[in-house]
Amino acid sequence: MKLTLKIWRQAGPEAKGKMVTYPLDGVDGDMSFLEMMDILNEELVNKGEEPVEFDHDCREGICGSCNMMINGQPHGPQKLTTTCQLHMRKFNDGDTITIEPWRAAAFPVIKDLIVDRSSFDRIQQAGAYVSVNTSGNTQDANSIPIEKAKADEAFHSATCIGCGACVAACKNASAMLFTSAKVSQYALLPQGEIEATDRVQNMVRQMDIEGFGNCTNTGACMIECPKGIKLENIARMNSEYLKANI
Amino acid sequence: MSALVKSSIARKWIMALSGLFLVVFLTQHFVINITSVIAPDTFNEWSHFMGYNPLVQFLAQPILIGGLIVHFVMGIALEIKNNKARPVKYSKYSGNANSTWVSRNMIITGLVVLAFLGLHMYDFWVHEMTVKYIDVQPEDPTRYLHELKEKFVSPVRVGIYVVSFVLLAMHLWHGFNSSFQSMGAKAVNKGEGLKKATYAWSVLIPAGFIFIALYHHFTH
Ligand code: SF4
Ligand code: FES
Repeated sequence: MKLTLKIWRQAGPEAKGKMVTYPLDGVDGDMSFLEMMDILNEELVNKGEEPVEFDHDCREGICGSCNMMINGQPHGPQKLTTTCQLHMRKFNDGDTITIEPWRAAAFPVIKDLIVDRSSFDRIQQAGAYVSVNTSGNTQDANSIPIEKAKADEAFHSATCIGCGACVAACKNASAMLFTSAKVSQYALLPQGEIEATDRVQNMVRQMDIEGFGNCTNTGACMIECPKGIKLENIARMNSEYLKANI
Repeated sequence: MSALVKSSIARKWIMALSGLFLVVFLTQHFVINITSVIAPDTFNEWSHFMGYNPLVQFLAQPILIGGLIVHFVMGIALEIKNNKARPVKYSKYSGNANSTWVSRNMIITGLVVLAFLGLHMYDFWVHEMTVKYIDVQPEDPTRYLHELKEKFVSPVRVGIYVVSFVLLAMHLWHGFNSSFQSMGAKAVNKGEGLKKATYAWSVLIPAGFIFIALYHHFTH
């Protein structure tokens, strides 16, 4: 199929970017979106032009780095799918596809479609861990029995891959879904109890320092999250936060 | 304390609680207004009570105005902050694919309702203040229904009233249910019951206000 791609090009963090239009022919429906981008880049390189920079690593939906705003939706139109897992058969011959980087003050553009998501790392470093005594008497995690339903919920929250689609989709560029998933995965388990108060306070503080917007419950994050992280996590974080402050 | 008020989650709580407070007030306001249709004498009686009872006037009313100010000042502050969180906008943004227009545009519906409140305060509150404290007219417990009907004679005014309440319904449609999510009520996501109740309320109460306005307009 033949496509028209409108892609954000920006030479560096300080450079002024702009949308550039590229026609692309010979795209197959069985290609993934990133393979389509590879073909475009091959053409650009052959012409002696700068290829479009984009992040990717696993190409199997687990690393969370292949972030692109595709036609106004993070990771494109297919639900529960990262860009690398999106196939070109989702598009039609003759389509125009707009591709932009995540837009958020807390995710500054490094180059073209690549943004700096280290703000997410700092939120995690602020509290998304449990301290374990490793002096030699370390307890086996499984020695504390945990209800199956709770364990499942904690595990589901832990499937967040930190891609940032929630922030990208949110009209407020809020990071509450991500932060709440990371808070929840510990809040649901007995191992997380000891540091519960500090964790939620520190992570929320860091989230605010990074300059993410405020959640207004539009629910866009949950719909666009490739891992289906639920809004319940945000509700849980809100009540955890209240508990920690009173 | 100030650090807490700056926190995004504390602000969520403030928006939710002040919003719920206004929801309760609106319900009470509706209950009084509907008597103007079904029991005019009761309407006069209750209006008189609300207008002259010192507890209502000097305690409840300032609290209400305070709650209102908190809600809209915080709402506007959040809107400004949220705009800053995305300094470069998308050239293409498919908001409707993942959220409702109403949920994304609370600032628009909110500002319209706020503008309406300005008019409403001018119509009723300024009028009351003039009658009571400036002209110092003697108490007349039967004047309210007649004054109310006067306000609904002009079709322009009724039109503004109707439009404002439609926008209020939209504002509540998202806000009322949303406040439970903000306060950490996980049940809202699981049980659909509470959600449906908030939706029903958000439509029925404003529709009731519209009905009252139209009723007085056409029975004048
Ligand atoms: S919550 Fe979902 S959208 Fe947000 S970072 Fe995690 S996986 Fe990505
Ligand atoms: S490249 Fe790893 S999730 Fe897409």
